[in-house]
Amino acid sequence: MLPKTMNDFPESIKLNWGLYVDNFIKWLNTNYGEVFDAITAVILWFMVNIEAFLQWVPWWLVIAIIFVLGWRARNLVSAFVFSSLLFVVGTFGLWDHMMSTLAIVLTSVVISLLIGIPVGIIMTYSTRLDAVIRPILDAMQTMPSFVYLIPALILFGLGKVPAVFATTIYAIPPVIRLTSLGIRSVPGEMVEAAQSFGSSRWQLLTKVQLPQALPTIMAGINQTTMMALAMVVISSMIGAKGLGMEVLIAINRIDIARGFEAGLSIVFLAIIIDRISQGVANKYEISK
Amino acid sequence: MTVKVKVERLTKIFGPNPQPVLEKIKDGFTKNEILEETGHTVGVYDVSFEVKEGETFVIMGLSGSGKSTLIRCLNLLNKPTEGNIFIDDTNIVKLAKKDLKQLRQQKLAMVFQHFGLLTHRNVIKNVEYGLEIRGIPTEERQNIANKILVSVGLEGWENKLIGELSGGMQQRVGLARALANDPDVLLMDEPFSALDPLIRREMQYELLDIQSKLKKTIIFITHDVNEAFKIGDRVAVMKDGMMEQIGTPEEIIAKPQSTYIEEFIKDIDRSKVLQAKNIMFKCSALVSVKDGPRVAVKIMESNGISSVFVVDEQLRLQGIVTIDDTIIAIKENKGIADILRQDYYTADPETYMQDLLPMATNTKFPLAVTDENNKLLGIIVRVSVLSGLV
Repeated sequence: MLPKTMNDFPESIKLNWGLYVDNFIKWLNTNYGEVFDAITAVILWFMVNIEAFLQWVPWWLVIAIIFVLGWRARNLVSAFVFSSLLFVVGTFGLWDHMMSTLAIVLTSVVISLLIGIPVGIIMTYSTRLDAVIRPILDAMQTMPSFVYLIPALILFGLGKVPAVFATTIYAIPPVIRLTSLGIRSVPGEMVEAAQSFGSSRWQLLTKVQLPQALPTIMAGINQTTMMALAMVVISSMIGAKGLGMEVLIAINRIDIARGFEAGLSIVFLAIIIDRISQGVANKYEISK
Repeated sequence: MTVKVKVERLTKIFGPNPQPVLEKIKDGFTKNEILEETGHTVGVYDVSFEVKEGETFVIMGLSGSGKSTLIRCLNLLNKPTEGNIFIDDTNIVKLAKKDLKQLRQQKLAMVFQHFGLLTHRNVIKNVEYGLEIRGIPTEERQNIANKILVSVGLEGWENKLIGELSGGMQQRVGLARALANDPDVLLMDEPFSALDPLIRREMQYELLDIQSKLKKTIIFITHDVNEAFKIGDRVAVMKDGMMEQIGTPEEIIAKPQSTYIEEFIKDIDRSKVLQAKNIMFKCSALVSVKDGPRVAVKIMESNGISSVFVVDEQLRLQGIVTIDDTIIAIKENKGIADILRQDYYTADPETYMQDLLPMATNTKFPLAVTDENNKLLGIIVRVSVLSGLV
């Protein structure tokens, strides 16, 4: 038999890692509170406008737009299915909630792209930077998404903005990864050819690497959007209104009907966004 | 002719720390020993050569001989470890980034083995690429691109995507893209190796045709001996990163400097490389039209031949006389001019041996090699052509 002390990790070497993070976030909040307030104001302004716009657009026009998008990106059958699904969500009485959810998703995706694509590009210029960013991306993706909600709450308060923050962190890795992958996968001879004509680094990037990587980047955007949609449901826990909130209320009240309708609406939204963005991505595929 | 490109003791070693490796090669270690010991690859070692303006210079070697590394050094896609490269007396190894960009834009263009075309652009946009980089206005570059496309036989294909073209077509686009820049020096890295044999031959002739009009300085890489000898004014043979021999195709065939080169040229078809001027000899046995038949007999007798060519004062070929006719002429008191025969063949000095074969089988006389003024340059005895048949 081993002595009992061998079974338990000694309490004497306990380190309060969590406390350090906690202190760091609190320190950030006390010293740079204004910065986060400013970010909050900008994001909030952006979001409010998007949401207002989405709710201002007549419901039949939204359905018509989705029909056209579905038609152009895929085919007539898909277009018909997508607009029917949207119509069903309307019949659940969840139209406004859906638009709130969509507003958070769109804002998060826009922010993710604004940050993610440049980061993905920079990663290809330096293997050292790549080695640093890669594990961070892994951590961002494997960390349980609920955990992001806590610092988001402290830094940005309750409501939509922390939801956008948490959603962005959760959804940004795919677009970074796939931008970087897309650029690295451009055939060496093509890059050499561009260089042999005296292209500058910027010309190489904009005229050769980005257009060649575009299909891969589009796949990244598709994944980022889907992850944003998954996270936006969770972020209802910190007060983001929308379909997620409906699910949360349904759980609290054990209301099967309400939960089913809200859940199904999220699935429909996911299907529509995924298929349309995938269709668009496929259009950029280059015939080799 | 002026020297366009001059390469001086060029060495390229791949790896993180090439300087100590350089010392090792100088101490006589082989490529493989260095790779095993230091992890560095010796691409090119101590290579020097000159290319004259308007010349087609072919670098030939098996894969791994360093020929692609060498040509990539010439536009600094590979940075040389040691040595100098002069283009028009400018040492390009020492160029600043900005000047290098300018050099690539204005003086050099490269054609790649796997074409290196931009698959997201259509044909004409690919051809325009170099001009676009230089900031030439849209309309002007479209005009240039259109003209070039016509000259490489791609008229009507302007708006096709690269993926819709066959390999041969794609390489025409690659060639057009390089020519559109109007470079001084055209670098071609195994441009026809990825094409099937028929298309390859067609492209070779097309290149020769284009070159005869444009007179560019071309540096051409290939692993195919027949291609090298067909296209090259001069050919350099590389082995293990070093130059084995540089010379005209005829020189290399006539005097291979090592067993490696002998192996290389063993399966080459001599009749396609050797021309009339390579196998003819200057003949001392000639008769002037002013000479009498007796002089002719004397000349034939002293040279042990039974027929002799007749020329005028400017060495212009007038005909041939045989010993039989000459003897009859002496008996009948005729002159040389009365017994001249014209049933011999003439060839110009550039005629390939394979085209001399049918002439040689159809005549009993030697073949006369003449220039455009009908001046006799030399004769080819039938045996030196017909021996090629066995």
